[in-house]
Amino acid sequence: MTSDSMNLTPEQRAALDTVEKAATTPDVEQPWAALGMKADEYEAVRKILERRPTGSELAMYSVMWSEHCSYKSSKVHLRQFGEKTTEAMKEHLLVGIGENAGVVDIGQGWAVTFKVESHNHPSYVEPYQGAATGVGGIVRDIISMGARPVAVMDPLRFGALDHPDTHRVLPGIVAGVGGYGNCLGLPNIGGEVSFDPCYQGNPLVNALAVGTLRHEDIHLANARGNGNLVVLFGARTGGDGIGGASILASDTFTEGGPTKRPAVQVGDPFAEKVLIECCLDLFKADVVQGIQDLGAAGLSCAFSELASNGDGGMLVHLDRAPLRDSTLAPEEILMSESQERMMAVVTPEDLPGFLEITNRWDVEATVMGEVTDTGRLVVLWHGETIVDVPPRSVAHDGPVYERPYSRPEWLDARQADTPDRLPKPQTDDELKSLVVTMAGTPNLASRAWITNQYDKYVQGNTAQAMPDDAGVLRVDEESGLGVAIATDCNQRFAALDPYTGAQLALAEAYRNVGVAGGKPLAVTDCLNFGSPEDPAVMWQFAEAVRGLADGCQTLGIPVTGGNVSLYNQTGSTAIHPTPVVGVLGVLDDVARRTPSGWKSAGAQLFLLGTTRAEFAGSEWAWSQHEHLGGLPPQVDLAAEQALATVMVQASSDELVVAAHDLSDGGLAQALVESSLRHGVGATVSLEAACERDGVDAFTLLFAESAARAVVAVKPEAAQQFTEACQAQGVPVVALGSTGGETVAVEGRFELTLDELRVAHERTLPEALNA
Amino acid sequence: MGRVVIDVMPKPEILDPQGKAVVGALARLGFKEFAGARQGKRFELEVEGEVDQAVLDRARQAAETLLSNPVIEDVVAVRAASDQE
Repeated sequence: MTSDSMNLTPEQRAALDTVEKAATTPDVEQPWAALGMKADEYEAVRKILERRPTGSELAMYSVMWSEHCSYKSSKVHLRQFGEKTTEAMKEHLLVGIGENAGVVDIGQGWAVTFKVESHNHPSYVEPYQGAATGVGGIVRDIISMGARPVAVMDPLRFGALDHPDTHRVLPGIVAGVGGYGNCLGLPNIGGEVSFDPCYQGNPLVNALAVGTLRHEDIHLANARGNGNLVVLFGARTGGDGIGGASILASDTFTEGGPTKRPAVQVGDPFAEKVLIECCLDLFKADVVQGIQDLGAAGLSCAFSELASNGDGGMLVHLDRAPLRDSTLAPEEILMSESQERMMAVVTPEDLPGFLEITNRWDVEATVMGEVTDTGRLVVLWHGETIVDVPPRSVAHDGPVYERPYSRPEWLDARQADTPDRLPKPQTDDELKSLVVTMAGTPNLASRAWITNQYDKYVQGNTAQAMPDDAGVLRVDEESGLGVAIATDCNQRFAALDPYTGAQLALAEAYRNVGVAGGKPLAVTDCLNFGSPEDPAVMWQFAEAVRGLADGCQTLGIPVTGGNVSLYNQTGSTAIHPTPVVGVLGVLDDVARRTPSGWKSAGAQLFLLGTTRAEFAGSEWAWSQHEHLGGLPPQVDLAAEQALATVMVQASSDELVVAAHDLSDGGLAQALVESSLRHGVGATVSLEAACERDGVDAFTLLFAESAARAVVAVKPEAAQQFTEACQAQGVPVVALGSTGGETVAVEGRFELTLDELRVAHERTLPEALNA
Repeated sequence: MGRVVIDVMPKPEILDPQGKAVVGALARLGFKEFAGARQGKRFELEVEGEVDQAVLDRARQAAETLLSNPVIEDVVAVRAASDQE
């Protein structure tokens, strides 16, 4: 017995499940099932350890082998992201998949790290804190790469706008995203908000964060160097979110059944802000060897991943962890998901310098133990050994499932039910009123009610934010070097065909970045799906991953990281497959970005791309006819590339004054949004485009064909611009010109900006202020 | 006129950022004897007439469904206000 264990009362010592005890009591019943483990997984643990696990070991394995942490169902498919990344695609990649976040070289010695993650289930249980800690978690991922977080974005999805559950969760989620981000002083530069009944009872809260760093500042999560110290710093550990990773994030909400309400986490953004600055000072002083943020699975994850990625051994004294609640058992401390914590590996020589910095920031730091060369992760509790495991077996060698998947039988019927049978507007008057109606549907209406709750411009580096197509941030104040980021996904397209739907999400985000003037470089994704135990869902997942990986390969931009969120369903009903894709691009000078709104009269309008009668999954079919069927618009990634090439060059050459990609709601919606942005109207003629593409006016206005944009060009540059389009093989046709206080479609109808504005802006306030 | 006083506190296992800020400020301002602080909220509900058990029961119902967030807060007291309050 060591002197340490004297701190335990005889009762506590008797209750403590030690390795020694586990070796002699193989038959003790253990709550593996309640912790979310399957019988064969528990057996696998016993086999690895050649004895039964202790309670603390069981806690670690159960959280680390949960779907959320181990990717056990998705791993076999996600490999494609690595396998389909060619050497050429890695040109700008400084850190690829597998680390806390990918890092991309944007030139001039600058790098950018970005990643999107989900916080869906916690946000359903407690909307404000769930969304807030979602932002907090992804921001810590960015810090742990050595970067300064500079912006966030939030792709959100809710049930129908008029559904009570939407009213329960939306205000809290939006306030949580805004509250946490605003307190950190991070601009929220974009994202999406989409309403669909499939998200009733299962809203999606995805959070993306971006950070900037110099190439030499990259830090990684590994524990190297025998004798180096393992330091836990930041907030104290409390009883929040215990088992969140295994129980909360990996289980389905059963309708009518008992609601699982484990303690959710409450975030403290001001503590995180201090942590950001403290970490950046630590990096600057060069006193950190390896660093890891604490998120899902808390200390279990940090210990095992750091050890596993490093020299393979670690000895920690768990009783040294500063606690908010002194009654916590070691199992609970290992599983706690208390926010605003980080773990660093520090050399003994650097420790005084490290502690001087944490003291200066009033951040509590505790040496928990040290890196060893034993190949074992050993955790002591008052001197008694409660964990003794090979760290890789916890962090990386978890179960891998080849889950059965099969194309759902109902898909044929859905794909056969094309929108051809839907009644279309016949007269110009009907077209006119449809433009107004569509401008105000829940999915097309102004998002200002939501985005106005976010600070978009704090820190002064936001060149462009919502409602523009892509968020644009300045990275280097001298040169103007910056990045453009967009996130997109039309879940209806993915519901019709997950392979194509995922590619369309990629194509749209890519297009948004390109149209804003950014040269696309890298991809992050947040794959939100139903239960992997349902073969139909698993098929959707497999198809979406394959589509995305193939698409990235064709476009030549790698996936650098992301997140998978499964079990998004209520009862047996899964959400539509929702592969949210974020694309990051680089601009040499953000002053030469292309905004989406028309600022003045006299610009010439061109329509780029080809319009086809593609209405399946469109906003028109859904909002006007509640129809979802057919095959989604065709994907032409070569056309997307050509379009982006033209737009990046035209932006850089300052030929264009504005450009808007065409997606949800088609051309009509783009005209409405571009004109309302600054109150400058336009006169357009549809005839030339209709004739060239062989479509009617309705199709030209509302179809959602991909690879299109409407571009406002300086009159003197019109010829140069059209020649540039032709050189790249991008179909281009003149539409008209900007100016006036109406959107006039020649020979058909004219709408005042006032009536469009009322229709576009009233929907969300009317629904949500009630 | 009767009054019901309701106290709501963050659940003990949940982080209380306000309490944390308070305890930090206490120490900085020289109140060094206080080791911890948690901050909750107090509601006062007025009723016509006396506060009887039925009123207290309804007040508890209101407290548990509207005045507190059961995911992160506990209703710790529902009582009739004394005359001095």
